Amino acid sequence: MTALRILQAGPLCTLQDAGRNGWLRYGVTPAGPMDWIAHATANLMAGNPAGGAAIEIGPGGIAVTAEGGPLRIGLSARGFAVRLGPNLLPTRLALTLHPGASLRVQPGPEGVWAYLTLAGGLAVAPVMGSLATHLRSGIGPLGGGALSAGQVLAAAAPAPDAPDLALIQLPPPATDRFRYVPGPQADHFTEAATTAFTATTWRVSPQSDRMGYRLTGPALTHARGHDIVSDGIAFGAIQVPGDGQPIVLMADRQPTGGYPKIGCVIRADLPRLAQTRAGQAVRFVPVSVDEAVAALRAAVPTLQGMRAGMRRVVFGGG
Amino acid sequence: MTPRLLDAGETALVIEFGQAIDPAANARVLALDAALTAAAPQGLVECVPTYRSLMVHYDPLVLSRSALVAAVTSCLDAPTLAIRPGRLWTLPACYDPAFAEDIDHVAAITGLTPAEVVTSHATARYTVTMYGFAPGWAYLGGLPPALSLPRRTSPRARIPAGSLIIAGGQAIVATMAMPSGWHILGRTPERLFRPESATPFPVAVGDQITFTPVDRATFATLQRRAVAGEVLATAEPL
Repeated sequence: MTALRILQAGPLCTLQDAGRNGWLRYGVTPAGPMDWIAHATANLMAGNPAGGAAIEIGPGGIAVTAEGGPLRIGLSARGFAVRLGPNLLPTRLALTLHPGASLRVQPGPEGVWAYLTLAGGLAVAPVMGSLATHLRSGIGPLGGGALSAGQVLAAAAPAPDAPDLALIQLPPPATDRFRYVPGPQADHFTEAATTAFTATTWRVSPQSDRMGYRLTGPALTHARGHDIVSDGIAFGAIQVPGDGQPIVLMADRQPTGGYPKIGCVIRADLPRLAQTRAGQAVRFVPVSVDEAVAALRAAVPTLQGMRAGMRRVVFGGG
Repeated sequence: MTPRLLDAGETALVIEFGQAIDPAANARVLALDAALTAAAPQGLVECVPTYRSLMVHYDPLVLSRSALVAAVTSCLDAPTLAIRPGRLWTLPACYDPAFAEDIDHVAAITGLTPAEVVTSHATARYTVTMYGFAPGWAYLGGLPPALSLPRRTSPRARIPAGSLIIAGGQAIVATMAMPSGWHILGRTPERLFRPESATPFPVAVGDQITFTPVDRATFATLQRRAVAGEVLATAEPL
């Protein structure tokens, strides 16, 4: 059996496919990746479907090795430090990892989440049709918990023979601006609060996790109280509880909630928000649904789009 | 009343039938949910019914907002909306003081005796209006008005799975252990969430629920059977 052995794992390393869809009506959060673009990129680098299962690497990083034979690995880890033995590698790559060699993804200058996949996927039994992990409810493969040192994950297929590849592309321009679609309860806020929401440079609070990113800044005032009868919550919903401090609800959000939502961060910008660290600045810019869809269409990573950035390299994996 | 269409970003649309807890609004939510699920336009990801609104998750690269709105409008205009015939579930419930931490407090606030609180809660016929907050947490409409009271002033860090809780005129079967500020009246040994099963959630939104009180010894027996995989609740067509 060819398998991936986890040598070290920081907190919040979990298995995630594109998400456990279809159970929201029973209160089951889809979970899935915090950064869907990096998740898809790692999968495409490994030759997998974009929504395949990957290890979501938390802010503390991970170290892995191959057992029983070589593994073909896809990695997307912008901002992290990636090492094969002593060698520093590009952060987005596909490589063959041989037994005895260790691949380390360590915290770097930026970023919060990275993704590591095996070509052909993992031989792990899905739960309710999915390999996504929701830590709060414990729903997910391998007992629904976080990954830890010593775990061994079997590869679903033998490693294909393919050259090592690096994906070299310019990073998107740095900006602290995040686009959002106003609603569904934008009318629950005073005009002053709506103005303050877009005029403020918010800071990501350290009390942020896969469930939500809390922002700190001036308190926003509700026009009609801060309780609504619970309704659905989308990925990226910006809810404002009684203390007036917004929380952007992320992959592990609760399916329904009773605080007014002033808007929803667009899908194209959610990965960048997910990769924003505590203390960093966040500003909001309203856009229309049409603009959000156009941005989404442009953001979907494709093999065709990635091909120009792929370079054959020799990483010396073993 | 024409429902309001509200965007929750570019991948979810809320069809809002009201802003309060209202059985008539919930019935319209469930009717639209059934019709839209049956119509199943390509690019529809899933629908989430709540008391007063339906959230439709969609892939805007497959199903445009305008095409989704057209599908919703056509479902709303349909003369008869097919609603799945529901079922009535009778769940065992134990109101022993060991499982009913708040029953004396609820009795004191409502002016009922603890026995009256039990009878009132157990004999009511509830409709499952939505699931939310956590997997399998079933929100029940139909709590007797005599049992209306606000939430506890300080929430508990964790209430046990199966807790029967009330607050704000609503009732919940708390299927999974979670923090909660609601009042605990009892506990059911039934497992409304069976992740190991092909049908993890036997009770659908729109189904009805009522309770049969059991003593603590019976609860213990039933709980062993439920853990072994048996479905305790009896279901009959409505």
